[in-house]
Amino acid sequence: MSLNYEQVIEKYEPTLGLEVHVELNTKSKMFCGCATEFGAKPNTQTCPVCLGLPGALPVVNKKAIESTILIGLALNCSIAPYSRFARKNYFYPDMPKNFQTSQYDEPICVNGYLDVEIETDEGNKSFKIEIERVHMEEDTGKSLHVGGNTGRIHGADYSLLDYNRAGIPLVEIVTKVIPNTGKYAPQVARAYVAALRDILRGLQVSDVKMEQGSLRCDVNLSLSSIGSGKLGTRSETKNVNSLRSVERAVTGEMIRQASKLEQGERIIQETRHFLEESGQTRPGRSKEQAEDYRYFPEPDLVPVVPESKWIEELRKALPEKPADRRKRLQAAWAVPDKEMAAMVNAELLDTVEQTVLLGADATKARSWWLGEISRIANDRNVFPTDLISVKDVAEIIALISKGELTDKLARQVVEGVIAGEGTPTDVIGKRGLKVVSDDSQLMKSIEAAIAASPETAERVRGGNIPAAGALIGAVMKATGGQADAAKVRELLLKHLGQ
Amino acid sequence: MLIRESASKMAEALANKEVSAVELTNQHFEQIEAVDKDVHAFLYLDKEGAISQAADIDKRRAAGEKLSPLAGIPLALKDVLTQKGVPTTCGSKILAGWRPPYDATVVTKLKSAGVVILGKTNMDEFAMGSSTENSAYGPTHNPWDLSRIPGGSGGGSSAALAAFEAPLAIGTDTGGSIRQPAAVTGTVGVKPTYGGVSRYGLVAFSSSLDQAGPCARTVLDTALLHQVIAGFDPRDSTSINQAVPDVVAAAKKQNVAGMKIGIVKQLSGDGYQKGVENKFNEAISELVKLGAEIVEVSCPNFEYALAAYYLIAPSECSSNLARFDSIRFGLRVGDDGTHGAEEVMNLTRQAGFGREVKRRIILGTYALSSGYYDAYYGSAQKVRTLIKRDFEAAFEKCDVLVSPTAPTTAFKIGEKANDPLAMYLNDIATIPVNMAGIGGMSLPCGLADEDNLPVGFQIMSPAMKDERMYLVGGALEAALLAKWGKPILDFAPKLVGSK
Repeated sequence: MSLNYEQVIEKYEPTLGLEVHVELNTKSKMFCGCATEFGAKPNTQTCPVCLGLPGALPVVNKKAIESTILIGLALNCSIAPYSRFARKNYFYPDMPKNFQTSQYDEPICVNGYLDVEIETDEGNKSFKIEIERVHMEEDTGKSLHVGGNTGRIHGADYSLLDYNRAGIPLVEIVTKVIPNTGKYAPQVARAYVAALRDILRGLQVSDVKMEQGSLRCDVNLSLSSIGSGKLGTRSETKNVNSLRSVERAVTGEMIRQASKLEQGERIIQETRHFLEESGQTRPGRSKEQAEDYRYFPEPDLVPVVPESKWIEELRKALPEKPADRRKRLQAAWAVPDKEMAAMVNAELLDTVEQTVLLGADATKARSWWLGEISRIANDRNVFPTDLISVKDVAEIIALISKGELTDKLARQVVEGVIAGEGTPTDVIGKRGLKVVSDDSQLMKSIEAAIAASPETAERVRGGNIPAAGALIGAVMKATGGQADAAKVRELLLKHLGQ
Repeated sequence: MLIRESASKMAEALANKEVSAVELTNQHFEQIEAVDKDVHAFLYLDKEGAISQAADIDKRRAAGEKLSPLAGIPLALKDVLTQKGVPTTCGSKILAGWRPPYDATVVTKLKSAGVVILGKTNMDEFAMGSSTENSAYGPTHNPWDLSRIPGGSGGGSSAALAAFEAPLAIGTDTGGSIRQPAAVTGTVGVKPTYGGVSRYGLVAFSSSLDQAGPCARTVLDTALLHQVIAGFDPRDSTSINQAVPDVVAAAKKQNVAGMKIGIVKQLSGDGYQKGVENKFNEAISELVKLGAEIVEVSCPNFEYALAAYYLIAPSECSSNLARFDSIRFGLRVGDDGTHGAEEVMNLTRQAGFGREVKRRIILGTYALSSGYYDAYYGSAQKVRTLIKRDFEAAFEKCDVLVSPTAPTTAFKIGEKANDPLAMYLNDIATIPVNMAGIGGMSLPCGLADEDNLPVGFQIMSPAMKDERMYLVGGALEAALLAKWGKPILDFAPKLVGSK
C-alpha cells in the first residue's frame, strides 16, 4: 500500500543530496579544438583526440577552467591552488577511451554554499545549501539504440554512435548532505536547482537548457524515522531534466521509500531513473552497483595550478548575484512581489530587462511579455522569445507610447510578426494598421484646446456635452478648418471620457 | 654503396651531389630486400611514399633550396608512432589494418626536415617486452647472431641500424626500449628527458614513462636526429616549454676533462654478466684517460625501481589500452549479429591482445582496484619520488651517472620467453631513468669476452641537460673507435646477401 505525502512527512525526515551536471558553453571541447555546437550532423565535430584514437593526447581548454572557477566563486567555494584530473575507468561503446577524464579526490572548487528561499504558507523560508565540490569532466558520446522495444542497448538490433558530444566540457556541482528540510524537501530541491540555473545563466557559462540536457540533475534521497537520528539508505535518481521533475522526483522517492519502510522492507542503495510521465522512478541496472572505476591521476595532463592573481581577477569580474539583481530591478521597476515572482517563474526577467534597456516602459514590457505573448507561447508550447524578438516588442511598445498604435492595433501587429509577416513596420504597412496620422495630429490640437480652456473641458467631463462646441471650434480654427468636425467631436468626447 | 656510412657522411654525399636521395633510398631498400627476410626488422615498407619523399628532396636540392642537415636521409620508424595513411600496428593483432588519419608530432617534424621514412619497424606488442619476441608478427633477429634477440621493445629499430637497413631510427623508451636494444645490437640510442620530445601520436603504453627518442650508429647521428624531433608541442600537455639543449654541439665537442662521472653502486654486481662488467670498466678507464673524474654514488632506492615500475606501467597500460575495443578502429571479432556490444568488445580483446599484454592489463587492473590502490599504485608512486631524490642527490656530486645498459648481452630467442621475471630483470639498469623522467643514452663499449656480443654503456643526465650525455658519449665513442681501429659493427659477421 502506498502512503500519501502527508502520511510520509508525519513519520519520516528526508535527507537530500543533489548532483548537477552542467554543459559549459565553450566554443571548443574540454580537451581538443573541436566545435561544440548542438545539433550538428553526427560525427562531424570530432578529431583524433575526442575519438580517443591511439596516440592522441588531451590538452585542457583554459576557458573551461575559467568557467569552472567562476562557478566556484559564485557558489562561495574555495578554489584549490592545485587540482588534478583523474581517469574514471569503465567500458561503454559511446565513451571513446573507455575512461572518462574527470576529477576525483582533487577537485578544483570545494566548500561553498548557496542560499535559497522558498514560499510557504508560513511565509518565505531560507535554506543554506552547502556545496561540497565543483569539478570538471568531459561528456560522453551519444548512443542511439535501434530496434527492440525498450530503446535501451539490451535487445536493440543495432546501435548508432555520435561522438559530437564526446569531450564537451561538463561541470559537476555536488551538494553536501542537505538536512532538515522536512516537508519542504521537494520545494527546496527545486529552488536550489532554479537558483543554480540563474547563477549559471548570469555567469554566461552555460546555456542551462534543461530540456536539451545542458543542465541535468541527479537526486540523492534517504529517509529516517523522525527522532531516530539515524540516516536511512539512499537512492540516486538520475537525469531529472526539468525543475518540475526535480520537485516531483523528490516527492515520488519520498513516497516510494516510505511505503517500502512501512511494509517492513529495506531500501536498496541503487541508481534509479525518473519517469517523466508518472513522476515515479524505476530501478537502473543493478550491475552498476559493483562498478569499480579504478580512479587514478590522469598522466596525460599536468595539474591545474591557477595563479591567485587570475582567480582574483575572475572574482572581481563576477556579475551581480541573481538575488541582488532581482531586488534591484524590482525597486527600479516598482513591481509588486507577486508580479516579480511571476516574471521570475516564467523565466522572463532577462527578456523584460532587455526590452526595457531598448527604451520600453517597464510596466508595458512586463505586461506584453507575460500577457499576450506568453499566452500565445503557452498555446504553442514554445518559449515567448522563440516567437518574437525583444527588439520587435520594444519597437511595438515605442509605437504605442507615441500614439501610433493603440493596444488593440498592437495586438494585431504582434500577431502579424509571430505569423512571419516581417518586422512590426512591415506588418503595419501590409495590414494597414497604423492609427491615421491625422488622428494623432488632431489629438495634439485637441489637447492644446483643452489645455487652453480647462474649465470648459471640466464641464464637458461633468456631462455638459453642448459645452464641447467651444473646444471643437478652437480645434477647427487651429487646424485651419481642415479637420473633419465630426471626427474632432468624436475624438474630443472620447478623450474627455464621454 | 653508402649504406654502411653514418648519416652525417651520407648527408655530406647528398650535399656534394655524389648521390641523390632517391639513389640512397633505393640502396637501403635493396639492403632490406637482401637481409630482412632473416632479420625481420620491418613490419611495413612504404616504398612509394619514401621514394616520392626522396624525389621531392632531390628536386628541392636541385633548385638550390637550403635543406635541413638530415634532408634525404632514410629512417626506420618504430610501429608505435602514427603516420598518416600508413599501417600502424604496435606489433599487435588488435590494430591490424588500421591506417591512422594523422601524423604523430615526431613524424611531422621528420617530414618537415626532409627525412625519408622507409617503413615501420617491429616491436614487442604495445612496447611490452625486452626481446621483440612479443610481437604478434614474429620476432626480429639480432644481426650479430640471428638466433638471438635484438632487445626490446624496439628491437626492429635497432636491428635495422645494425643490419644497415637504415642509418637512423626512431624508438620509444618506457623502461629501456630504446637503450637495451641499442646495447645488444651495438648501436646508439637515446631516451631524452621526459617531455623533451612530443608524445602526440605515440600510442601510449605507460603515459608517465613513455618517451620517443633517436637511434643511430653514431653519437653525432643520434644528436642530429634528436635535434630534429625534440621541442615543445602544444598538443602534448606534458611537453616541456624550453629550448632544446644543443646536443649536436655537445656530441662534437669531445672534451670531458674535469667532468665528474658517477658510477651507480647499485647498478652492478649480482646478475651482471662478467664480460659486461669488464667492458664497462674498460670504458671507465678510457674516460679517466680523457681527464674525467670518477666518483662512486649510491642510489639505495633503485632496489625498488623494478617492482614499482611493474605496478605503475601496468596500471597506466590497463587504462591506456581500454580504447582498443573494436568500436571505432582496428580488429573486430564476433560482430555476427549474435553478440552484443560488450561481448564483441570482450571477444575482440581476447583475440587481439597477446599474452604479455593481457598479463599486464590484469596486473594493472588489479593494482588500481579499490582497496588495493594505496598498497600498490600509491606505494609505487612513493618509490618513484624516492628514486627521483636519489638521482637529485647523485647529480649534486657529479655531472652524469653511468652504468652498464643491460646486465647481459643478447640472449637466445626463446630462452626467457616463459620466464617473465627473468625477462623483466633485463631492464633493471634502464628503468630508474624512466621513473625519474631524466635522460639516458646507450652506446657500444665493446664485445663481451664470453660471447663476442656487444655491450652497452649507459650515460644518465639530469632532466633537460641532455647535452651532457652527448658530450660524454661523443668523447667515449671517439676514444673507443681509436682503440678498436674500426666501428664496432665492422666486427659483426656479415649477413647473407648483405650489400
